[in-house]
Amino acid sequence: MSAVLDKPVKQPGRWAAPPRPTWEEEPSKAGLASKGLLLTLACFTILFPLWIVVVTSLSSRKTIDEVGGLVVIPRDITFVAYQELLSGGQVQRATLVSLGVTVVGTLFSMTVSVLCAYGLSRSGSLAHRGILMTLLATMFFGAGLIPTYLLVQALGLTDTYLALILPSAVSVFNILVLRGFFMGISPELIDSARIDGAGDWRILWKIVLPLSRAVIAVITLFYAVGYWSAWFNASIYLSDQDMMPLQNVMIQLVQEQQRPVGIATQINTGQLSPLAIQMAVMVLALLPVAVLSPFVQRHFKKGMLTGAVKG
Amino acid sequence: MSHSTVPRSKAEAEKTDETPVASGGATGAKDRGRSGKLSLRLRFRRDRTLILMTLPAVLLVLVFNYIPILGNVVAFQEYDPYLSDNGFVAMFESPWVGLDNFERIFEDSAFWQAVQNTFVLFFLQLVLFFPIPILLALLINSVVRPRVRAVAQAIMYLPHFFSWVLVVAVFQQLFGGAGIIAQTLRQHGYDGFDLMTDPDIFKFLVTAEGIWKDAGWGIIVFLAALASVPHDLYEAAAMDGASRWRRMWHITLPALRPVIALLLVLRVGDALTVGFEQLLLQRDAVGPGAAEVLDTYVWWNGIRNQDFSYAAAAGLIKGMVGLALVLTANKVAHLMGEQGVYQK
Repeated sequence: MSAVLDKPVKQPGRWAAPPRPTWEEEPSKAGLASKGLLLTLACFTILFPLWIVVVTSLSSRKTIDEVGGLVVIPRDITFVAYQELLSGGQVQRATLVSLGVTVVGTLFSMTVSVLCAYGLSRSGSLAHRGILMTLLATMFFGAGLIPTYLLVQALGLTDTYLALILPSAVSVFNILVLRGFFMGISPELIDSARIDGAGDWRILWKIVLPLSRAVIAVITLFYAVGYWSAWFNASIYLSDQDMMPLQNVMIQLVQEQQRPVGIATQINTGQLSPLAIQMAVMVLALLPVAVLSPFVQRHFKKGMLTGAVKG
Repeated sequence: MSHSTVPRSKAEAEKTDETPVASGGATGAKDRGRSGKLSLRLRFRRDRTLILMTLPAVLLVLVFNYIPILGNVVAFQEYDPYLSDNGFVAMFESPWVGLDNFERIFEDSAFWQAVQNTFVLFFLQLVLFFPIPILLALLINSVVRPRVRAVAQAIMYLPHFFSWVLVVAVFQQLFGGAGIIAQTLRQHGYDGFDLMTDPDIFKFLVTAEGIWKDAGWGIIVFLAALASVPHDLYEAAAMDGASRWRRMWHITLPALRPVIALLLVLRVGDALTVGFEQLLLQRDAVGPGAAEVLDTYVWWNGIRNQDFSYAAAAGLIKGMVGLALVLTANKVAHLMGEQGVYQK
């Protein structure tokens, strides 16, 4: 990072600074240096722990034993921990469970939210104010953990994956963001389509959605990250260990230091480092998020700010 | 596709007439006046698709956000889930005990410990966490190279998308008994340590975890506010001889004021929520004395000990005080001339 920050750029490339306005004084060397230092420090604080985790997960048992634990400087690279984890057994199953719940849950949440947001985005329509207030009110109070728990039990959702999806399927905040974006689409465009005979379904599908790719990407990411990261509902609604998602297995393996079911023998006989296994589980949990979120990053600001503003 | 050449039906004409009003900031009275011209039946026929589209979300919210509110009646009962096969039916058969559960809670020292922990954590987060996104935003905003800016932002946003399980596990690798710091210390002949299980500094650890995870994400709102400051303001100030720092003090910071006020109001209104998942994950390692907050207190008594009525009563106390806090915080914001969460 630091090399990139303050290196004088020879030709105006993609890293070059745009020309300063004439009225702005040239920045001082010390100012630039301290800025670069602070920025590097902030990024280092975030990246360094992740670096240790990734490097240790890729290190061999020998290296880990030699350095006495976590590895900072990579000496050798081996994927044996990942091979073991993903060749069947507890962690592989948990990863698939998490992927499944995330994909199905996100599709469901997005469908429900986009429909609702569009249904509320045409002002002046019947009952839209009342429906909006019904949704908004939930942002000010929660029913509470215990009544929700009793309800999910009474509905017979415990020990099903529906308990991981339905109770948290709708985020009113996300609906508001989508709605705000939909409302910003030029009404003339929508009206002319309507005059040409398009119904609301067609308008949503052919006009509104194609114009809203940015916000759709952001909200999809929000929902997906929500499902991927969730562990609490699984911990109270699921009792079958085989159904547990990756986050819950990560609690058992990393926090509680349990040996993974299925490969405990390889660890006990010294073929595999338990530490590398733990770190590999953490990498499995962070990888999808770390890979996907930067792609959506340029839309964050737009997505985050269009929604809440318009009441 | 010009409007004038296409014949419009009556309903269609109404619709197009309405849109300017709608896009112009939807004032309730005006809307009602306009649509009042149409009969309810006609409006329903016109808008039934829209209403239909909202139904799935509304149903889910009714079932999972509104119906459980009724379930809070168990706080005034001696609720016994085994009175019936179905938990809901059991609610009708459980005996009423009035405010007994609340009296028991107020006599429980563990409850007051949880209240204290909640407030201590709230103040720590307010003092240590809250200013950091503002400073980071000012820092990022002063970076002129777009590429550097984008990379730095990508890195800072990243931990926001990590689960609490992962964040706690990452901190364990840094500050835990087998973490990198303890490991390095031991290798150089010093004693190792375990910050993760130390009740004395636990609250600082929790705050640090929060900062690591979400401080970077917090800059988005401030960056947007900074981007909306008109550039000629800076130019004019520079022409008048204002230095870089004076421009920041007199232009940049005032531009951030409404956002800061709004976020403060939101934070104070949400004071009783100080990181449920995060604390629950670490409760066993440091013990309830340091880690118990109101939310985990409810979880412990309700889910773990299956004392549903007692826990529901504790949750109800939290909910009521929380609601009062939101409304008060908002009122204060209005009095200070700021916008607050909702309009008056």
